[in-house]
Amino acid sequence: MALTHSHGTDAAHGHDHPSGFWSKYIFSFDHKVIGVQYLILACIMGLIGAGLSVWFRTQLAWPGKAGMSPENYVMAVTMHGTIMIFFVVSLSLSSGLGNFCIPLQIGARDMAYPLLNMLSFWTIVPGAAIMVASFFVEGGGAAGGWTSYPPLSALPKAAPGSGTGQTLWLLAMAIFVVSFTLGGLNYVATILNLRARGMTLMRMPITIWTYFISAVLGLLSFPALTAAAIMLLLDRHGGTSFFLPSKLILSGQLQTNTGGTPLLFQHLFWFLGHPEVYILVLPAVGIAFDVLAANARRPVMGYKASVFALWAIAFLGMIVWGHHMFISGMNPYLGKYFSISTLIITAPFALLGVCLLGTLWRARIRFNTPMLFALGLISAVGTGGIGGLFLATATADLHFHDTYFVVGHFHLMIGVTSLMGTFAGIYYWFPKMFGRTMNETLGKLHFVGTMVGTFVVFTVQHFQGMGGMTRRYYEYVNEYVKPAAALNPLVTIFAFIAFGSQLIFLVNFFWSMFAGAKASKNPWEATTLEWTAESPAGHGNWNEPPVVRGDPYRYGEGADGKGWKLQTDA
Amino acid sequence: MSRRDRGSVWRFLLPVGFLAFTAATVAAVLFKDWMPPVASEHGKGVDGMITYILCAAGLIFVAGHLLLAKFIFTSGADDAPAYKPIGNKAEMLFTIGPTIFILLISEIGVLFIGNPIWGQVFKEDPEDFQIEVIAKQFEWIAHYPGRDGKFGPFRMEKYDEVDNIAALWKKDKESRDDLVVRGKLILPAGKACQIRIKSFDVLHSFNIPAFRTKQDAVPGIYTKTRFVATTPGDYEIACAEICGVNHYKMKAKVQVLPLEKYMKWLEEEPGFFE
Repeated sequence: MALTHSHGTDAAHGHDHPSGFWSKYIFSFDHKVIGVQYLILACIMGLIGAGLSVWFRTQLAWPGKAGMSPENYVMAVTMHGTIMIFFVVSLSLSSGLGNFCIPLQIGARDMAYPLLNMLSFWTIVPGAAIMVASFFVEGGGAAGGWTSYPPLSALPKAAPGSGTGQTLWLLAMAIFVVSFTLGGLNYVATILNLRARGMTLMRMPITIWTYFISAVLGLLSFPALTAAAIMLLLDRHGGTSFFLPSKLILSGQLQTNTGGTPLLFQHLFWFLGHPEVYILVLPAVGIAFDVLAANARRPVMGYKASVFALWAIAFLGMIVWGHHMFISGMNPYLGKYFSISTLIITAPFALLGVCLLGTLWRARIRFNTPMLFALGLISAVGTGGIGGLFLATATADLHFHDTYFVVGHFHLMIGVTSLMGTFAGIYYWFPKMFGRTMNETLGKLHFVGTMVGTFVVFTVQHFQGMGGMTRRYYEYVNEYVKPAAALNPLVTIFAFIAFGSQLIFLVNFFWSMFAGAKASKNPWEATTLEWTAESPAGHGNWNEPPVVRGDPYRYGEGADGKGWKLQTDA
Repeated sequence: MSRRDRGSVWRFLLPVGFLAFTAATVAAVLFKDWMPPVASEHGKGVDGMITYILCAAGLIFVAGHLLLAKFIFTSGADDAPAYKPIGNKAEMLFTIGPTIFILLISEIGVLFIGNPIWGQVFKEDPEDFQIEVIAKQFEWIAHYPGRDGKFGPFRMEKYDEVDNIAALWKKDKESRDDLVVRGKLILPAGKACQIRIKSFDVLHSFNIPAFRTKQDAVPGIYTKTRFVATTPGDYEIACAEICGVNHYKMKAKVQVLPLEKYMKWLEEEPGFFE
């Protein structure tokens, strides 16, 4: 699959510049090419990550019929989580679309550090390769959950994947962090320094704000994960005991470690882990704002309020990580604090939601594929956010923690919301990437399948969680959980529908690259800067750099009944 | 490409879809009790908290989707006159109002309903019965202090998979009368129990869904949780933190006895080294 994909893309452009093939399409400095490279890598990883979920969903619905052992199962859920979060959603939304649209939307010719940009892509490739390779080592891939809590992940004997598989997992994660940090630095530097003339901060599209904020969040929080990964590596191979307390007994053997605590790892992990949620969700919301405005033919509601809400979410997101640890054994007073602080986030989030919703007020909606995904995102982010109210409250978390309620909730947020934003962005910017549009019929089919599939899967999982159905179970053998577990076949069938719809997307994506209808410069009649460049935009984006003369969402303005104005128009 | 699509199908389909989803979700909440029957005092409080959020969040969920459906359904076609601003005042009201509303209902819930119950779970009262639960891959072991009311100390060096599963030492006099029960936790009804949880190897989580009790077992430290079981009967412990391959099999019985029966059982059961 990998081979055909990358070969296919290259061929699409090969006939234009046959001589400069390697420098133009493989080791390119061009942010647009790098963005597309990330997207393609994310597609490949997405097939693996989502494929794993199809495998273990089959096991859950029809135990024993999927040819899956308990060892396979814990590995599959661990690797599904890791791959989807770090190598699919991060790569497609954050790195892929971010690279593509940031310079175009702020009027820059490229990223601030194009070489660094290329390096950050070619750093993540071996990272992804190592992650995939870990399936094939002895004992299989990591199997301690995507959170990799020690001691399970620290002691090779604790789980089958805690041998070489876990080491490779940590290595791949460290590489991911390096790549992501390089990318984040580039985003911050680019957005602060390379904006076109007239592009003041408060004239930036909300997409840019969200990429900026998520890059800042990433730079502040990822070092904690780096530290945790290095300490865990040392615990595994260097004889240290950061996370390992004295006198553990494993398979009847007394271990020699002394003096560490597993809680330290959890704090370090979630100090990144929680901001990571916003790193992935905010850009999706940002893209939705742009797409909504363009297709509702009106400015976003509450631009300033939204920017303020985004910063508030980012700040609060840094101080609430403990809500993942209510029952971890940390001091119960902290539970009260983290409940109160987490629920404060509902305020800026509600503000953001209202602005999304308000952008449809008195609108003139064009129901094209990007718009459908943006509309789906509004429902996903609202539904997912409401589940968050339950989990943010320590008292309710006593029942919901580590059940399918959590699984349903975070999939709606960092799964459905992020990917709906990503898809909206891909359908929306595809003309700018390849000079062609994606097929609308297939796009709408993809939307319906995704919407129906994911919403049924993850909403039903909330109810399974209410029934106390614990996550990461190979099979449900407890009596109390039978009614909830009886819904598993239903969930699995809709998971298949959701997965199948993504195949439609892949076909559409690669087919439209060569055979999509030719697109004009500004097919959506949108107002932001990227639509002043050619489709596809050449290296350097513009012959003459654009000069910005107004707000990003100039719909409802303009003379001669046109009803909209480019950001560059006087 | 039909970018001038007036979207007559979607203008109808999307609102219907969103409303159907909302109605189905609300019906699922209203017409079926999803939670396992509750069997502890604080558990009723936890359920009360969850009901409160269900009402509050349900209101937002329904209102949000109704608005979404309405805006889509009533939006003008593409050739309608261009957008007219709504006005700053209306916009402010529309944005600030819901924001303050949601902040108030969520903080009031956590401060006045949630946190007091959270406090009950972590209260320490010397009158409570003390019971220890040991978690190891992949089983639960109950450890009672015996007649002297003192837990024998752990001697991990003495651990033996067959003969000394609780890692006690018979030369410790506190250990001699301790009770050790494998795979079953016997509890009194109507009396507060303070459970201290110990793990011998990796993380586990002590979860009795019927009690709304969940507390990680963390190697190296004791974690604590407290409950009053209300109804005699059989319940289950399920492990709620991934602990390895057989995580799904790590379960144990919980047997809640009437107080007199429980006291009698404590009296009659011989100690671990007796």
